[in-house]
Amino acid sequence: MSDHDHNHNGDGVSRRKVLECMTWAGTGVLWTISGGVPHSLGLVGSAQAAEAKGLTFLQISDSHVGFDKAANPNALGTLEEAIGKIKAMPVKPSFMIHTGDITHLSKASEFDDAERIISQARLDVHYIPGEHDFIDEEIKLYRERYGRGTKGSGWYSFDANGVHFIGLVNVVDMKAGGLGNLGAEQLAWLADDLKGRSSSQPIVVFAHIPLWSVYPTWGWGTEDGARALDLMKGFGSVTVLNGHIHQVMQKVEGNVTFHTARSTAFPQPAPGTAPSPGPMKVADDKLRTLLGTASIIFKPGEERLAIIDTPLQG
Amino acid sequence: MRFVNFRTAGIRLAVAVAMASQIAVAHCEEVSATIDNFTFEPAQLTVKVGTTVTWKNSDDIPHTVVSAGKFRSKALDTDDSYSFTFTSTGDYKYFCSLHPHMVGMIKVE
Ligand SMILES: [Cu+2]
Repeated sequence: MSDHDHNHNGDGVSRRKVLECMTWAGTGVLWTISGGVPHSLGLVGSAQAAEAKGLTFLQISDSHVGFDKAANPNALGTLEEAIGKIKAMPVKPSFMIHTGDITHLSKASEFDDAERIISQARLDVHYIPGEHDFIDEEIKLYRERYGRGTKGSGWYSFDANGVHFIGLVNVVDMKAGGLGNLGAEQLAWLADDLKGRSSSQPIVVFAHIPLWSVYPTWGWGTEDGARALDLMKGFGSVTVLNGHIHQVMQKVEGNVTFHTARSTAFPQPAPGTAPSPGPMKVADDKLRTLLGTASIIFKPGEERLAIIDTPLQG
Repeated sequence: MRFVNFRTAGIRLAVAVAMASQIAVAHCEEVSATIDNFTFEPAQLTVKVGTTVTWKNSDDIPHTVVSAGKFRSKALDTDDSYSFTFTSTGDYKYFCSLHPHMVGMIKVE
């Protein structure tokens, strides 16, 4: 279960220790690439109990229900394991966001299977689509299920515990030779959505493809992502949560924290370390250490949200 | 093999019709291309008018073959194929609408 430094003795986590952990988690150690990222469901639960006014929500991404190739012949099974871990959390998170690629091929049966498993967490889920969710012939299955109340191809915003959440769609109308795409209509909506908002209100933006330029050679970035970020320049706390690249990647730039979550289906190689970004086959006993979810913790008065990546195993 | 014969007959018929209506369709070739490691291979192909190009996806990830306003495949899962017959000359730039950094071109002469 937990192998966090401060928690190796099991249950007896004092409040003081938890606060130590939180301080540590909030001050930079988390903002490294991939390795050395702490992960402990126990930590999340205890921390939330200690700071009840905050907000903890979960990010799940790239479940690719329907994927059955060598890199993971049972993507539905590992999604179920991830949901099982979420169900077992000692303190229930407020809700979950899913950053896209719910399905592998946008088949009705894949959407149904995903819904059946994810709903077992008994949490509200805020979805945005990945490119794999928009490939049915009529491009309607995602929107029928998750498009209600959204604008354009599925973008929207909502507030929770004083935090403003914005779900963006950057997998539609991508241009040849380009990257992810938000488009003029969505950017205009975003400008309007942010207008008149207090700059002290924390902003959480989530979208499938990274809004920042992770590795354009593999298409890992968003053509007009910088324009979206420009609109948020004046805000004191901006957290950008993405999926798509099936690995943890983090960066802090001024007031903006960028983070990508693991997939629950299969890992992808680190930028440039393989001939292509395709599914990465690893030893069976290593797979679950590369799959997982993320917990995001907001504490009033703290500029940065803490993000804790939890693998399915290890 | 019976299939091939049928096909040849069909092509002969097509050529005959074309000749009868004085349209210079001399080639009815079949050319194949692959999609492998998020790459169209070969990235550029030169073919004669009338050629049918068939793309086969060998990746574990779906791709599409799209040339704006010209042709558009559905999402091709692993081992799925898509064919398009080029009936007029020109440069056909195409890309994968799911992974737009994947681009290719067919030159039809
Ligand atoms: Cu593609």
